[in-house]
This record gives sequence, structure tokens and C-alpha cells, in this order.
Amino acid sequence: MGFPMNAAITKPRSPLLAAFSLFVFAFLYLPIVVLVVYSFNQTGVGGFPPRHFTFHWYRQLFADGPIWDSVLNSLLVAFGAVVLSLTLGLLAALALDRANFPGKSLFRRLVLLPLVLPGIITGLSLLMFVNRIGTPLSLLTVFLGHGTALISVATTELFAGLQKMDRSQEEASLDLGATPLQTFWRITLPNLKLSLIASGLLIFTLSMDEIAVTFFLVGRENTLPLEIWARLRRGITPEINAISTFIFAVSVILILIWYRIRTRSIGKEAQELIERH
Amino acid sequence: MSSAPSSRELTPPPGGVLLEVRNIAKRFGEREVLKNLSLQIASGEFLTLLGESGSGKTTLLRLIAGFEQPTAGEIWMGGARLDSLPPYKRRVNTVFQQYALFPHLSVSDNVAYGLRVSGVRASEIPARVVAALGMVKMHEYAEARPSRLSGGQQQRVALARALVNRPQLLLLDEPLSALDANLRKQMQSELKSLQRELGITFLFVTHDQEEAMALSDRIALLRDGALEQVASPREIYSRPATSYTAQFIGQTNLLRADVREGIATSGNLRWPCSLQSGTVLFSLRPECIRMMNDNSLPTEVVRFRGRIQQQMFTGSVEQLEVDCSGKILRVRIPAHGVLNGEHEFGFDPMDAVPLSG
Amino acid sequence: MYSRAYKTIISAPPLLWVGLFLLLPYALMFAHSFWQVRDGLIVHEWNLQNYSKLFENPVYAEVLFRTARIAASVMVLSLILAYPLAYYMSFHSGARKDLLYQLVIIPLWVSYLVRGYAWKTILGSEGVLNGFLQFLHITKEPVSFFLYSPFAVILTLTHIYTPFVFLPLYASLEHIPRNLIEASHDLGASPRTTFFRIILPLSIPGLIAGATFAFVLTLGDFLGPMLVGGPSSIMIANIVQSLFGTAYDWPLGAAIAVCILVLTVTLLFFTERLEKRWAFR
Repeated sequence: MGFPMNAAITKPRSPLLAAFSLFVFAFLYLPIVVLVVYSFNQTGVGGFPPRHFTFHWYRQLFADGPIWDSVLNSLLVAFGAVVLSLTLGLLAALALDRANFPGKSLFRRLVLLPLVLPGIITGLSLLMFVNRIGTPLSLLTVFLGHGTALISVATTELFAGLQKMDRSQEEASLDLGATPLQTFWRITLPNLKLSLIASGLLIFTLSMDEIAVTFFLVGRENTLPLEIWARLRRGITPEINAISTFIFAVSVILILIWYRIRTRSIGKEAQELIERH
Repeated sequence: MSSAPSSRELTPPPGGVLLEVRNIAKRFGEREVLKNLSLQIASGEFLTLLGESGSGKTTLLRLIAGFEQPTAGEIWMGGARLDSLPPYKRRVNTVFQQYALFPHLSVSDNVAYGLRVSGVRASEIPARVVAALGMVKMHEYAEARPSRLSGGQQQRVALARALVNRPQLLLLDEPLSALDANLRKQMQSELKSLQRELGITFLFVTHDQEEAMALSDRIALLRDGALEQVASPREIYSRPATSYTAQFIGQTNLLRADVREGIATSGNLRWPCSLQSGTVLFSLRPECIRMMNDNSLPTEVVRFRGRIQQQMFTGSVEQLEVDCSGKILRVRIPAHGVLNGEHEFGFDPMDAVPLSG
Repeated sequence: MYSRAYKTIISAPPLLWVGLFLLLPYALMFAHSFWQVRDGLIVHEWNLQNYSKLFENPVYAEVLFRTARIAASVMVLSLILAYPLAYYMSFHSGARKDLLYQLVIIPLWVSYLVRGYAWKTILGSEGVLNGFLQFLHITKEPVSFFLYSPFAVILTLTHIYTPFVFLPLYASLEHIPRNLIEASHDLGASPRTTFFRIILPLSIPGLIAGATFAFVLTLGDFLGPMLVGGPSSIMIANIVQSLFGTAYDWPLGAAIAVCILVLTVTLLFFTERLEKRWAFR
């Protein structure tokens, strides 16, 4: 009889540790709670305690044209980034998994670099690039930046998915007469379905929130974060709280969906692990 | 099920008692894994907890090691209460099923671990480690990392790591189940002689009845969280208490017989029996049934005719399936060459063991 | 099993993209650092003036050291917050582990801007914190150093990067087989000893990964100082950003960026080696 690796050990509870953990959670969520609370505050963004409850700022938000224009811009870029990153990320993951070529380890490092490098590096290098080739800054350049930076996210996730996949399925498919293309379409892709959806969601969220790379590549049309940034320069109003609350709510939903999907695919793996014992 | 023996050991072991399990019950949520179990382990004995998966044997082991707390009951060792102590205060050590060697420590650091954390003097430690490794023949690998060792080698290190602390009781959780057959046999032999040599009490858990028979001074057969029978291998084999025991350990034929006026009748078979009248279930081992030929044999032997349905030759022995008027009996005889048709068989009525469940 | 054509098809596009949009831009940035700006235009004269400027003018070194100090502070504080949390969740949280994990990753993915802005509203002279303190009569006047100070930058960045540090740490703690802990107890080690001898050493790869994340990302951060930092908390990336903005000197900015890049890659290289040394499996 084996022993499940992640069974929680019932040890004497450590109240100090629990209290500290609670404190850390409080620290992580406090600013967000404040943000949300003050988005309903009549008298502005500071001071204590918040005085009048109102929807005024949300009403102002919904009537705010430029904000929603920037949301649309962000959506366009995000969807584009998802398509681009998933496509190239899938190919890169496949290449890392199955092909050997000179410079492969350099390639692997390069692909993963934007994940660990500060956004300013990626943003600036691309800025210099588009400047050299004479492309004006616009949503297109933003899209380029996001796509390039986020390939690494897709590659990592899809590569993990490929490694977990049972290779003999593809062999069986070929054995039964399917061409490599058919095998890819009928066997490989469906197996990666969960990984694709999960990384797609993640890329979408990251692109919507992206600011460091976008900062250097944005033209006249702002994405949402850049629009908020511009507003901040003008002055702080609770309307910014309102839009932040909005962003927070949507992010939470997306991340929770992402998490469900991810644990579904990992859940199967954990099952097998336990069964093997 | 109706006349299952209570989970109490019926005869105390010879020698002094080291460990006493008193009315232990363990529940996980809804599931009752151990039910009112009592057991005594003698000092210096090799006791095996035998049972299927789910029988509770590993749970009992973990209760004694200290990784679980009993829902009810107590455990006593050497006259003191054991279950109220955390595992790191018990003079009990465990050899884990998957060895649980520390991957970041060398073999000798693994073995030295228990000595170091207990504050044994640093000057004493190297000698004891070397001795322990020598005992399991792993002294060459003292500086190796566990990841470099084979399964069998890791197992020896795990053994040394436990024994070096001179525990009062050594728990072994199916330590040989991951090894291949030959290695397993070899390790069984080594374990047995090691235990004899050291005199440490071993509590061994396995689901393999052959292993249990080969190694143990006594076997405690568990079933669904209760003790089915506790006895020496010979005793448990020749006098199984229940049909479960008879079938779990070795092979047997189960004969349901009507006992009346000193005669037991089961189908075509009749034999003298001194039990009271009633319906009784008997266990008759295959090797107790002999094939009769013209040589003179004791007349107390019960004879019957049967038709050979299947014959399997396993090297030293023939395993036959004999049809005795509708009842299929398993028979084991020494190697004989191919047999066919009807033959006469016989058995000593003393070999028909009445079962109590 | 895979034909040459197959392998070419899957390798070519990402290779091309990476070459065109990663390798080339980096090379270009590298090239820029050797050029000059004259009369508002970038002139392609190859020289080392930018680098000598960096080494001669003490301002740059000063800012770099300050940035490194801030990065180190953020790293240490994040570790202090993240490790006990990860430990608690991995070993003591039982059935609620899943829920707690989700609660930790949510702040991670909520926009940097949102979180930075939140701290801005809290720490300001008219912010929530000052209002709170005055409300409780703990202070009579607004405290000004809460915002626009290195304190604010460190606080905000710690808040942002603690979940980053948490993730790899938690993963490596989860990877420790529980029977090792039982074995340690079995051999006589108390939970405290077990932590220091078994759990901590085995969690080091995750710890290094998380710490590196926090340090490297803070090193190149420019938004934090812009949101909540003051003149005394300018970090090296802010200098770069202004050189690409109002202070228009792309070559100099590129030179600093190259330095940041080299520093980062070197750090990553060493920590990767360290991680490998501490990975026992």
C-alpha cells in the first residue's frame, strides 16, 4: 500500500503559523478591499472612514467613452495575442518536445527569457526594432509586444501538457493508418485541449493587464491600463477605483476558471499517481 | 461472519510481552478500519501482520509507529503507555515501504540521522554507522546518494538507518514488496538471520502469506480490521480456525459435512468424526489427500474414487483436480507422470480440520 | 517517429519569430548602446562613450546600488511573508488547501496597476492610512513619508511580488514526499528539527527560484517608483525610461538597458546552477 504524497499531516496545529498566514492574506487583500470599498465612496479616494455610499462613480464610468474605447483596444490586442501566442507557443512546444536542431538550448532559453526579464527590456528592444524598420507605434506594435512576450507562457504550459501526454496514442494512430497531420489533428490537439484553454485564458488576462511592455510600444490608441495611467497623471478620482474594481472582478472570474481547468487536467494525473501505489 | 472470533488473541505469546495493543479501534471518517483489536507481541519475536489490502494491517503498524492516533483503545510498550507519545519519542523505528531515504543526504548521513538528532555523542556515531552498514552489507556505498542505488540497496540502507538506533521494536511495512522474486527470497533469508542475531522484536507487515510463513515466529491474520487468528505458522497452517484462514494461507478443500453419531458425511465422502452432531465445515489440505495404490496402507485411511479432471506439473509436485461425484477436490501428490481417468484416493480423517466460521 | 518535414514545420515558425522579434531586437539594443545622439538625432558612430559615461558619473552607480538595495529588501520581505504561508498551506491546511491556493494566486494576476494604484490611495497624505490613524487619534497630522518614499516603493513591490515568490516555494514544498517527514519523526527528530534538517533543505530550489524572480523583476521595475516613489527612490529603470522619453538619449538608455540585461542574465545563470545543485530527486 502506498502513501499519497500530498495527504495533509494531522499534526498539532500551530496557531502562530495560522495567525501569520492570516496576516499575509490580509496584507495581500487589504489594498484591494480598500479599493473596492472606496469605489462606492462619495467623498473621494482618501480619508477615513468612507462616508457616503454611492454608485455615482460607476455611473460615470459607464458613461466614460474613452475608457470603453481603450477596453475595446485592449480586447483586440488580447485576442490577437492569444491567437499568436498559442499558435507559436504550440509550435515551439512541439519543437522542444520532438525536434533536435543546433542551437536548441539557446532557442529554449530565448523563448523563456521574456518571462523572467523585466518588461522594460522586452519593451525597449522591440521599440528600437520597430523604430529601425520604420513602423509607427500603434496597436499593431502593442500586439507585437504582447505576442512576443507571452509566447513563453504558452510554450511552458503546452510543453508540460505534451510531456504528460501518452506517446503511444500517437503511435497507435500512425499504426492504424493516419497521416502525421491527421494524427496531430485527431489525437495530439484534443489531448492538449485543457492546456490550450488554460494558457489561452492566462494569456488573455496577462495581455489585458500588461503595462510594462505596452508602455513603450503604444501609439495614439491606448489600451486600458495605459488609459488608466494617463488618467492618473491628471488626478485621482474614485472613478479609477470603479474601473479597478471592475478589472479585479473580471480577473478573479477568469483566474478561477483557469484554475478549475488546470486542476482538471492535473487531477487526472494525481489520480494515476495514487493508483500506481 | 456469524461466528467470527473476537479480535482478541486467544493465547498469549511465550516469553515476556513487549508490546500490548488493547482494544484498539481506528476510524477514518465513516470507515472503521480497525475494530476492537487486541494483540500482544513478545520480546524478541518475529511477528507478521498478514492480510489483504484494506485489512487494517498497515494502519495498525502506523498506530504503533505513531503516525496515527487510535480512535479508541491503548497501546502499551515495556509497561508504559505508548500511544500518548509522539513518534519521535518512541523507541520504535520503521522501515518504510518506499524506503523514504533522505535524497539530500548521503547513505551514511541517512543512517547517522537518528543518532544525530537524538544527541548521541559525535565521536560514537561513525563507528555505529559503519557497523550498521556492515550488517546490511552496504559499507561500500557509505558516501553514495540514495538516488544512485537500486531498490534492493535502498532497502538495506533503510534497514540500517532504523536498526542503528537500537530500537525496542522494529516495524517493517511491506519492505520487500517492490523487489523481484529472487532478490526477495534473498532478502527474506537475510532479514530472518538478522533478526535472530540481533534479538530485536520485529513486527512485519505483508500480504504475501508465503513470506509470512517463511519468516515469522507467529502470524497475526487480519481481516476487515479484526484478528482472524494468531498462531505460529505451523499451527495456523495445520489448524486454521476459520475457512477464511484456511483459504488465505495455503490452499485447501472446504467440505461442508453433516455430522451424525460420530460420522461426518459430505457428498460421497464419509469419515469418522468425534464432534457433536450438526453441520460442520471442514478444511482438508490438498497434500493430505494421497493417491492409493496396491502398497499396504493404514486401514484408518478414508478412501474414495475420483476422476482426474486436470493435472498441472510444477516441477516437484502434481496438482490435480479430482472430480468426486460432482465435488471437485484439489489434490497434491509428488511428481508422477501423466495420469488419466479414475483413481482411488485417500486421506487420514485427522487431517480434516473442523472450522469455526 | 517524426519526419524531417514535420520537424521543420514545427520548428521554423517559432524559430523565425524568436529570431526576428527577440534576438534581433536584443542585438539592436546592444548596437544602440554603442551609438550616439547628436542634435536630436541618433548617429551611428560606434564608440564606447555611453559606457564610459556610466562608469564615470557616480550618479548611475548610486542609483544602481539603490535599486539593488530596494530589490534585496523586496526579496527578503517577500520571502519572510511567503515562506511561512507556503509552509502552512502545504503542511497544515488540510481540506482548505485548494481554496487557499486560489486565494493566493488571485492577487498575482490582478493588474499591477490596480494594486499599485491601491497603495497610492492608501499611503497618501490624504490617503486611507492617514485618515485611519487620524480617526483613531493616533496621529494629529498626516504622515508624509508613507508615500513618495523608498518605504512606499518597497511596500508596494513586496505586495506585488510576494505571490511570485510563493508559487515556486509552494511547489517545491508540495513535492517533498510526506513519508520523509514521517521517517524523520520515526528516527527521533522533533517537528522543529525535521523542518531544519529535511524540509528546509529540500525546499531550497523553490526558494531560490522565487527569490530570483522577486529580485530580478524589482531590479527592472519602473512603474513602482512612478506610482508611489519620490525623487529619493528613483530606480535604474526609471532613468532608462526617461532617456527613452523626455530626456531623449536612446543610445545611453540602451547602454543602461544592456547593463540591466547582462546583470539579470548573469544572476539567472548563477541561480540556475545553484538550484540544480540543491535539487535532489
